[in-house]
Amino acid sequence: MEQQKPALFGKTAAEIREIAAQLGLPAFASGQIVDWLYNKHVDSIDKMSNLSRQARALLSEHFVLGKSAPTSVQVSADGTKKYLYRSGTNRFVEAAYIPDEDRATLCVSSQVGCKMGCLFCMTGKQGFQSQLSAGEILNQISSLPERDKLTNIVYMGMGEPLDNLEEVMRSLEILTAEWGFGMSPRRITVSTIGMIPAMKHFIEHSECHLAISLHSPFHDERRKLMPIENVYPAEEVIEVLRTFDLSRQRRISFEYIMFKDLNDTPRHVKGLTKLLNGLRCRINLIRFHPIPDTPLESSTEQTIQLFREALVKKGIRTTVRASRGQDIFAACGLLSTKELVKVQAPDF
Amino acid sequence: MDNGLTTFLKNLRLETVTLEGKIELGKDVYVIRLARRQSFLPGQVVGLSLGGLPPRLYSIASGPDDPYIELLFNIKPDGLLTPRLASLKPGDALSVSAPFGAFLGDQKPAWWIAAGTGIAPYRAMMRAGLGHNKMLIHGGRTADSFYFENEMLSAFGERYVRCCSQESGPGLYSGRLTSWLKEQPQIDPTLLYYLCGSAEMVVEVRDILISKGVPIEHVMSEIYF
Repeated sequence: MEQQKPALFGKTAAEIREIAAQLGLPAFASGQIVDWLYNKHVDSIDKMSNLSRQARALLSEHFVLGKSAPTSVQVSADGTKKYLYRSGTNRFVEAAYIPDEDRATLCVSSQVGCKMGCLFCMTGKQGFQSQLSAGEILNQISSLPERDKLTNIVYMGMGEPLDNLEEVMRSLEILTAEWGFGMSPRRITVSTIGMIPAMKHFIEHSECHLAISLHSPFHDERRKLMPIENVYPAEEVIEVLRTFDLSRQRRISFEYIMFKDLNDTPRHVKGLTKLLNGLRCRINLIRFHPIPDTPLESSTEQTIQLFREALVKKGIRTTVRASRGQDIFAACGLLSTKELVKVQAPDF
Repeated sequence: MDNGLTTFLKNLRLETVTLEGKIELGKDVYVIRLARRQSFLPGQVVGLSLGGLPPRLYSIASGPDDPYIELLFNIKPDGLLTPRLASLKPGDALSVSAPFGAFLGDQKPAWWIAAGTGIAPYRAMMRAGLGHNKMLIHGGRTADSFYFENEMLSAFGERYVRCCSQESGPGLYSGRLTSWLKEQPQIDPTLLYYLCGSAEMVVEVRDILISKGVPIEHVMSEIYF
């Protein structure tokens, strides 16, 4: 949200205390502001009715609230909804709301576009436009019409969350703090392609679950799918994970999109078993949802099930993720706002 | 909450080195020369930082036998690091990580495709003697964006294609490198294709190569993260 005044939404309790002090507001006002922002989910400073008129005027003079409702929604036949949120003047991100029997998950975006260029991902095709602020990440949750039904948040929308480490960590702090949204970190999963330094920081400073996009156990094959492998190889990512105590409730999972003849063979089962040996983790198999101009195809249902059974036999907890929202391009790997982005002249 | 940047710095194990030289190659584009502490493989990157700023990764642009390392960068107007890098003087200190990365050149015939400062790893590979059976395709906005042009002309001759999207000039293809690629009647699917540049460039070029029959196994990409 490109605004002259900074946004209050997305600031931590400590930052709000500092702002209140700088504006000469009484000490208790900061607690009230935080409560309006993250508990009552107010959409304007004027509605912070237990603040004095003068306090509200002062806040409005220096800040905007920083929240905005989604600009559109698409509804899938399976109940999944894809919401479009504005970021700045010409940029948009998508969030996918996925209701299920006993849970309702929101898949949030952390960047407009993505720098990672993974071969199978629609977001990667639009390149990178900008980082989302913590407020813009949290706005996808706070301004969601189904906000009160949410049970889980996954950072698996547009962008690589750990390439926007500081804003993502700030959003997690606000999401999990008692003064904030008060969500259990066990209800939140952050997905990464394995940016090692940022991943270490995340593990050290957050109790949320971690999901790692793996997609191949072999260096030479993974680097063709995911250029990040050239810089942070999966083998090193896993070595780093082994240095942490992951025995508590925290869950580490590996996302594995199934590509026909590319990563769905017995050789890959063997490779995964060797790579993940001894690591307490889960593999989540995902059907590939084809994107335009891709040479990749999804593995067959039978292959996916056989692959799962083979991994389970090797002692690796393995699940198959249900495909949701494919008809509205809300399924895994399909989020994109390329058509809505005002693209700058490329440098090539 | 601890600042993520501190951890990042620590993890990259940065060492202080001295700036030995700096050359302005074009508008807002510089190559800096640093004391070399370790050996490296052509195509590898280092993390670079200054005054506690978050390190950024840069491909080494010098050859593995050169007694120094050279890094190519352009000033990002909104960036924290590059404007300060550009103002450094010889003798100033900066922090550099050990070389790492797997975007490595080899002796197999290949096309090296770069946009802007993405030329850096290919210069390292060329200086390592790997350029003899390679085609170099470089895209840039203006005629002065073909960094190390004379060196590349001398090394590659006719195998050096400069695609200039906003200007024309002798020896330049007028248009984006993606247009040049699309115009090629045939692209050899048995060759290897190395891509280095922004995510937009890599994704677009990769799609073109695949549409022309190049198997994904033959495409190697390095994106400026």
